[in-house]
Amino acid sequence: MKKITLSILALYIGVLAVFSQTKPSSDSAYRQRKLTFAEANIVSSYYSQDGNNSAITGGIGTEKLTDFSNSFSFKLTRVDKKWRKHSFDAELGIDNYTSASSDRIDMKANSSASYNDTRIYPSLNWTMEDDKKGLTWGAGASASREFDYLSFGSQVNVAKKTKNRMGEFGMKLFTYLDNLKLIYPIELRTGAFIPRGDDYPTAARNTFGSTFSYNQIINAQLQISILTDVILQQGYLGLPFHRVYFSDNSVHVEKLPDSRLKTPISIRASYFAGDHLIFRGYYRYYQDDWGMTAHTISLEPVIKPTAFFSVSPFYRFYSQQATKYFAPYQQHTAANTYYTSNFDLSTFTSHFYGAGLRMAPPNGILGWQHLGALELRYGHYSRSNNMQSDIVTLNLTIK
Amino acid sequence: MQNSFRLTNYFTNLTSPVRLLITAGFIFICLSSCTTVKEYQKNKLNDSEMILSNRKIEKTELSFLSYREGASGANAGKSGGGCGCN
Repeated sequence: MKKITLSILALYIGVLAVFSQTKPSSDSAYRQRKLTFAEANIVSSYYSQDGNNSAITGGIGTEKLTDFSNSFSFKLTRVDKKWRKHSFDAELGIDNYTSASSDRIDMKANSSASYNDTRIYPSLNWTMEDDKKGLTWGAGASASREFDYLSFGSQVNVAKKTKNRMGEFGMKLFTYLDNLKLIYPIELRTGAFIPRGDDYPTAARNTFGSTFSYNQIINAQLQISILTDVILQQGYLGLPFHRVYFSDNSVHVEKLPDSRLKTPISIRASYFAGDHLIFRGYYRYYQDDWGMTAHTISLEPVIKPTAFFSVSPFYRFYSQQATKYFAPYQQHTAANTYYTSNFDLSTFTSHFYGAGLRMAPPNGILGWQHLGALELRYGHYSRSNNMQSDIVTLNLTIK
Repeated sequence: MQNSFRLTNYFTNLTSPVRLLITAGFIFICLSSCTTVKEYQKNKLNDSEMILSNRKIEKTELSFLSYREGASGANAGKSGGGCGCN
């Protein structure tokens, strides 16, 4: 933990030092073609949750978890000979989490491997905007690594503005190729599932998806976006350390189908009412072939007393119908082909509410010109099955 | 909250063609009322708070919500990759 804290501190200082340098002037066409620094962002958040339906202990037991997340990103831009704008985004994220339920994978140990883990996730993205043609191209790659999980992602995207430039069609294709270690609960490790040291058997989980979107400017105050995804997941879609207790009290590892097709659709709107108030709204309908349906609706009014300061309370309501493979502790029987006691897949409703604060004074935060904006956001989440969590996030923008 | 339940149930209980018709009608009304906005009239639309995608500060929130809830996607965020085991 000490090492992680020092690493984060060093990264903070490094990022601040690099981007505190004077921005080159861009008053000539020649200089515009040079790669220039656009902005950097530092996002830190602390998440804490508790509940009493952990999937690791079969739908009963503590869900206590904390996650300290930090990410550093920066953006460089250049204009090419054809006056197309290229943006390069690089990001490095580091999460450190502790999970009480993960400690119950191995009930005999004082502390199992997943009790305290670090996730590292770098990503790189490139975007090219051709303003003349109203065309945007992009591509990106990402990775994510933690003790029992390795993931590689890639994506390509294209967007084209309509003739009158009031609308824009977008399409994105993405894939994640994941590999997970099959860490079974201690009492179920037999044969090939007995690890040799940290050498566990592995399984693949692949995600292939496409996103289609349409943005439309309605008038000078209102714009909307309609977005739909088609996502296919294949491979090992359960988690090997999720226990399921049958009605005869026998214990098993969660078993789910090796394919899942998700088809969510959403609409988002932003409306500037008067001079000091913005309404942001969002609705999503979700369904998949595991029998799950869900509705999400959120509203966030943004109060802007000045152009450089805003306060935004928010509220999000979510309702989900359980997957057909879910049943709580000791409700499944041997007649079930697939079974899980993961309450994240159960029927519930949730409320998420809180507020955000944003400051972006023209002279910079505390008079430091390079510190362009500061955002602070807090949210409380409560689920109808008694899971509660809190999250606080800080975002610093350096320009 | 009972009212919002009834409203969503009413909508989901409609047959698919009726749902599609209502959605298409809503979108048509929105789009047909569009006006052409000149570049110099876009100062409000270009406000950073009017963004039609997720903001950086929401990133960790979206991540935990996608782990703690069965639904994901259609929010311009990640739709896979990473464990979310706990």
